[in-house]
Amino acid sequence: MGWMAWTGPTAAFFAAIAVGLAIMTASELRWPTTVRKGFLPIPTTRGDRFFVALLTSAWVHIGWLAATEAPVIIASGLSILLGVLILLKA
Amino acid sequence: MQRRADNRAWFAVAPVVVVVAFTAIVPLMTVVNYSVQDIFDVDTRLFIGFDFYRETLRDPRFAQALLRQLAFSALVLAIEIPLGIWIARALVRNQGKSATGFLILLSVPLLVPWNVVGTIWQIYARPDIGLLGAAVTALGIPYNYASNVLSAWVTLLAMDVWHWTSLVALLSFAGLSAISPAYYQAATLDGANAWQTFRHVELPHLKAVLTIAVLLRLMDSLMIYTEPFVLTGGGPGNSTTFLSQYLTTMAVGQFDLGPAAAFSVLYFLMILLLCWLFYTSVMRGGDDG
Repeated sequence: MGWMAWTGPTAAFFAAIAVGLAIMTASELRWPTTVRKGFLPIPTTRGDRFFVALLTSAWVHIGWLAATEAPVIIASGLSILLGVLILLKA
Repeated sequence: MQRRADNRAWFAVAPVVVVVAFTAIVPLMTVVNYSVQDIFDVDTRLFIGFDFYRETLRDPRFAQALLRQLAFSALVLAIEIPLGIWIARALVRNQGKSATGFLILLSVPLLVPWNVVGTIWQIYARPDIGLLGAAVTALGIPYNYASNVLSAWVTLLAMDVWHWTSLVALLSFAGLSAISPAYYQAATLDGANAWQTFRHVELPHLKAVLTIAVLLRLMDSLMIYTEPFVLTGGGPGNSTTFLSQYLTTMAVGQFDLGPAAAFSVLYFLMILLLCWLFYTSVMRGGDDG
């Protein structure tokens, strides 16, 4: 695995995504998703909301890096808040 | 009693998951790992966090290449989609006569490899010996794709339209052929004109195939590399340097693996966002069609 040039932070990042996917799979088996309409302009499943939350998080970080020199941890916090909001209310 | 869903069919998908993991997911993870490190050699790396992302996002050459890329994709879609539909409609109207021959002819550009397409157009559009270039020059129109920005863009667009409109036409032809004649009869009885028939009968039935066609062309045009590389080499100046060419220059030409990896991740996220936005906006009205 040396060729993949792993670092601690990137390993933690991918582990978090893997855990998220595992939780999503387990949730789906236990409580099958239903399509619902929240504040997003499209009806979404749980998986859709997870994808939107991840994509939003990525773009919040990109916007943050493009716009400011402030610590990225703030963007990460903002992303988590937005992600929870999307998962629960979208 | 509610019947439990049988999920064993998912095992049939497992080989695809393994192949995709090895060909896409693992390499993508590696690129993310590279993007946060300054790579000196195979064993010497320095973790630098998001510095390369910040550097890339503030690089004016990245912004320029991105704008050129978006303009190119928008123009390509604006030409190829209507033109493809128009050709398909003409073929459907002439079905049984010359349609088969035209379908075969239409398929030919799709079979030509990207680098060969670039070479064909490089020669074809040369103002001194190329048929197209010499003809345009003979008409008194100043044309030289190697030195004139407008000529370079027009040639690139013409080349892409030549190469890929067939795909849209073939997909649209398949979609139009599947429409029952009863819909056309109903439209005629209602007194619908050609535009109304297209808008309210054909277009809704083409929704699925056009979604695929636009997605394929959007993704492919956003990733265009070989044809402009062969035809113009990114010039004149940087006027036809798109994202993938700039990325290749960084990764292969300068061997800046860290910045190139950060660039790649941004590039990937941009394509992912655009395709998702397009797909969800098209499919929002339901999945009819």
